[in-house]
Amino acid sequence: MTDTLDSVFRREVGRCTATLIRVLGDIDVAEDAVADAFAIAAQQWPDRGIPPNPGGWITTTARNRAIDKLRRESTRTDRHRAAHRLHTDAMEPDNRPELGDLDTFVDVVPDDQLRLMALCCHPALATDAQVALTLRLLGGLETAEIARAFLVPEATMAQRIVRAKRKLRDNHAPYRIPRAAELPARLHGVLTAIYLIFTEGHTATSGDALIRDELSREAIRLGRVLAELAPDEPEVVGLLAMMLLTESRRPARTDASGAMVRLADQDRSRWDRDLIVEGHDLVRACLRRNHPGPFQIQAAIAAVHADASTAEATDWAQIVALYDQLYARRPDPVVALNRAIAVAALDGPIVGLAALDLIEAGAVAAYQPYHAARADLLARAGRRDESLAAYDRAIALTTNPAEHEFLTGRRAELA
Amino acid sequence: MAQYLMSVWHDDEYEVDFSSPEMQQRVAQVGAFNDELQATGAWVFGAGLLPASSATVVRSEGGNVSMTDGPYAETKEQMGGFYVIEASDFDAALDWTRKAAAVVGGPVELRPMQG
Repeated sequence: MTDTLDSVFRREVGRCTATLIRVLGDIDVAEDAVADAFAIAAQQWPDRGIPPNPGGWITTTARNRAIDKLRRESTRTDRHRAAHRLHTDAMEPDNRPELGDLDTFVDVVPDDQLRLMALCCHPALATDAQVALTLRLLGGLETAEIARAFLVPEATMAQRIVRAKRKLRDNHAPYRIPRAAELPARLHGVLTAIYLIFTEGHTATSGDALIRDELSREAIRLGRVLAELAPDEPEVVGLLAMMLLTESRRPARTDASGAMVRLADQDRSRWDRDLIVEGHDLVRACLRRNHPGPFQIQAAIAAVHADASTAEATDWAQIVALYDQLYARRPDPVVALNRAIAVAALDGPIVGLAALDLIEAGAVAAYQPYHAARADLLARAGRRDESLAAYDRAIALTTNPAEHEFLTGRRAELA
Repeated sequence: MAQYLMSVWHDDEYEVDFSSPEMQQRVAQVGAFNDELQATGAWVFGAGLLPASSATVVRSEGGNVSMTDGPYAETKEQMGGFYVIEASDFDAALDWTRKAAAVVGGPVELRPMQG
């Protein structure tokens, strides 16, 4: 696989930020430093090539830039005299770090990510702020992408993130690995954030590709790290299983030209069997514990899909039953939408539309998958004009080019 | 080390009967909590306050000083007491705040102090 600046960014930005917060002791200084380092990479790598350890290069370059900046500011204002003294012998500003420096950084990275995860999901922050901060700092998502995931305006999200960072700084929040006893309280935010990183990777809201592999992989990697840290938390295992089973379908989700292929039309021989086996094992391990939760139920739904050798062979009754369980625990419009789609597969488009109509329209007015699903069911129910209008709405809301192409294609077939 | 304000909040109209067994027990618990703060060096200062109805708000605008009777925030919930503590970090301060909330029988607000 050839690395690009973009793939290095996706893979390394969270790890580099995690380490630099520890090294520099400040979230904003660390974020700026990482951004500076990637800007330097964008200038230098096209000519010099990507260094053998790009993450180490970014981390070290970012640290050097930050120290350099602190030093310049301290001569100007004297405010950072202490930092100046501390770092005078540490490192000359240098955009070509030596290998020895890289090793000291790379060794500690996994711990740093756990520190960052625990910091972002500090229980004194509201859940939304926890998730937003995790997505921003650990997932490296843009504020606009996070805003879309939360269905809120970008300015609102930007303010939420700034406020959360300020609160952690003002209160002297520690940067440390959480104690085992603290884990359950912090787990909810961490799980939600990893889930959203995965979802963003699964259907990217920006960029040309339907799927941003690096984001999905990053979410699975974080899921594995968390499962090692908290092997007795069934929801942690459930999330990992759900991600693996969903990821198993990735090779079949797009055709050779990058166009989107629906679940029903996918070539199931292209599904990744290894991921399915691993996911199934984890689902079974969860079921044995008998403490069902939302992620375990979603994993079970993905497992039912994985079991079906053809779309027609899918056990839709089982899937609807699982969505009923999920909705009882998480009565939100997205779950209701997915339930309605399953109901339509089991009992036909008219019953499916009735299930869709139970969803409060205001909650899904700007939610593209709702309008796409509605357009499909209306078309299958023979309500052509309404279907065309729903396709128009879905197309207007789509930010992903592959989805846009799929929807315009469907609409053209109908018209 | 950083300093934090832990403020204790309660319904200001609530009549406290200090002779009741429940209040006697609470007073003992708060006393033990105060002792623990002092023994560990976390204690900087702390005090209970008389009812908010005894408060006076003073304003100075363009050299004119005015006074109003009663607390600044005219809410039912008022600060009934406070601690200033010293803690190594947020989580250590929150540990103290959890303990405080358990003994005082009302919500406790934690705020970092400047500097």
